[in-house]
Amino acid sequence: MTDAPVMQATALQRHYEVSGGFLRKPRLLKAVAGLDFQVSPGKTLAVVGESGCGKSTLARMVAMIEEPTEGTLTLDGKRVQRADWADLRQSVQIVFQDPYGSLNPRQRIGTILMEPLVINTSLSKPEREANAREMLKLVGLRPEHFDRYPHMFSGGQRQRLAIARALMLDPKVLVLDEPVSALDLSIQSAILNLLLELQDRLKLAYLFISHDLSVVRHVADEVIVMYLGRAVEKGPKEALFSAPQHPYTVALLSATPQANPAGTKKRIKLEGELPSPLAVPDGCAFAPRCWKAQDRCRHETPELGTQPHSAACFFPENQG
Amino acid sequence: MTLLRIRNLSVDFATASGAFRAVDGVDQDVDTGEILAIVGESGSGKSVSMLAVMGLLPWTATITADEVTFDGHDLLNIDSRARRRIVGNDLAMIFQEPMSSLNPCFTVGWQIKEALRFHLGLNRRDRHARAVELFEQVGIPDPEKRLSAFPHQLSGGMNQRVMIAMAIACKPKLLIADEPTTALDVTIQAQILDLLASLREETGMGLVLITHDMGVVAETAERVSVQYAGQKVEEQPVGDLFDVPHHPYTAALLDALPERATERMLPTIPGVVPGQFDRPQGCLFSPRCKFADDRCRSTPPPALGAELGHARCFYPLNTDERIAS
Repeated sequence: MTDAPVMQATALQRHYEVSGGFLRKPRLLKAVAGLDFQVSPGKTLAVVGESGCGKSTLARMVAMIEEPTEGTLTLDGKRVQRADWADLRQSVQIVFQDPYGSLNPRQRIGTILMEPLVINTSLSKPEREANAREMLKLVGLRPEHFDRYPHMFSGGQRQRLAIARALMLDPKVLVLDEPVSALDLSIQSAILNLLLELQDRLKLAYLFISHDLSVVRHVADEVIVMYLGRAVEKGPKEALFSAPQHPYTVALLSATPQANPAGTKKRIKLEGELPSPLAVPDGCAFAPRCWKAQDRCRHETPELGTQPHSAACFFPENQG
Repeated sequence: MTLLRIRNLSVDFATASGAFRAVDGVDQDVDTGEILAIVGESGSGKSVSMLAVMGLLPWTATITADEVTFDGHDLLNIDSRARRRIVGNDLAMIFQEPMSSLNPCFTVGWQIKEALRFHLGLNRRDRHARAVELFEQVGIPDPEKRLSAFPHQLSGGMNQRVMIAMAIACKPKLLIADEPTTALDVTIQAQILDLLASLREETGMGLVLITHDMGVVAETAERVSVQYAGQKVEEQPVGDLFDVPHHPYTAALLDALPERATERMLPTIPGVVPGQFDRPQGCLFSPRCKFADDRCRSTPPPALGAELGHARCFYPLNTDERIAS
């Protein structure tokens, strides 16, 4: 980490009010309940967790689609405020999971790619067009694809288009919300290569959101594991995967199928379901499903330490 | 004992722009108590071939085969009345999307009891007892209460378990699981796979697992059949398939796995799966294969022998290692 972080989040929170029914008091859902992280140029921060852990809400906050309820987000040292969103959005762009839903079927590829330039810059039409054709080349498509419609492309090509659109404004941070989970294996590797290549070339900072641990293991530099809106463990990739500290991370790693039939299978079976985010248990949120939980876990909330690799757990694994 | 035997199964779909062959000459055997995995990318015909066995394809599909037999029944020339007695009873299927496969207008309890009433003819009390027992078996907490829930009131993982409970309700001899865990989180996926494996132990049913996840295949299956663009290109026991793949497609697929990567850049397979209009003349994989030559591009290769994993290839890989070992 030689470069200064381009984006920094401190105690980021996002709450939603959920109506409890007619004439009942709305309840508070803490989708993200306090998260600190930083993203540096040319580095990938991966966020992993099961559905409902708040990782997509995080993506929406970082991409300035939603305002954090509490906490601060800084971009290049400046605090992100709602009034500045329109300007700042140029530096943070997002690629969504579903390449079929995120491209307008009625617009030509050229129109899709030029739209960000029309809205945010004062470039002339020929300049915009030149930029868009250049971008098509950059993401591994051909310039003659400029006049085609999205339905003429396969899933992998569409995801390339979504990446191209996100890069049109020369962003500093790219939020990747499950960018490869809708793709087939043979296409997935090509898109991952493209993302790595673009990162090397353009010094992009990635916030990579995924539930697929084998993909995260390949692309990430730093990893945050989330459970019910909180980070339960964070650390550099190697440390986190080789010596996970939080029991949830250990369970998650053991549950991930390994493509190696000869491998040893020691699966930790988690009991029960992910609790509803409306009724997060007191103390450690993972305590009801944890095999190491003690009385202390059910009353006190463990905090994440300050070391580069730390877990929010009173009784971490693989310690020392 | 061979439970399901398929020989030369082809499925053609009549589309507005002509016939499209989704499954092309597939042979498959499933034995009692065996776990067979069928892997392939989307559009490889893995689901369609099994739907053809179940008789669940729409009228636009034309099924041709030399033989499709299940447990002594000829499924090719069976009338629909007789088929209904087998399907859901001895031959059951778990569908991919639990949310859209369950009927939103009825409680899950009603839906599971329907199968018990139709196939087993149990009375009301026995049906209820059996439904509760099934829900307990698949790990649904508080089964009495959940029986009266509608599908939208349950989470995806819960609905998938309801689907599994329905599929195993009549103790099938063969269970076809079509991507049973794709929509689920890994911790739930682990639970479901363990459940299917333990059901196999208890009842000795055969299990066909359709998936695209190589990790799931490696951990669950015993024998693996790889499909590409409607054809079966290779079939081997799971260990051999991962160690010594014979078809270049299998090898390329395994190389593309991020966890097998040795460098930062992953090996990729250029091009895409052929569609309706760009189906190659010779080997279907030849446009994307790095070993392909003129012979591959002009003549479709026949399937090789069992010692080479039935690979449909003129130049199978890893043959020398085979002979040496």
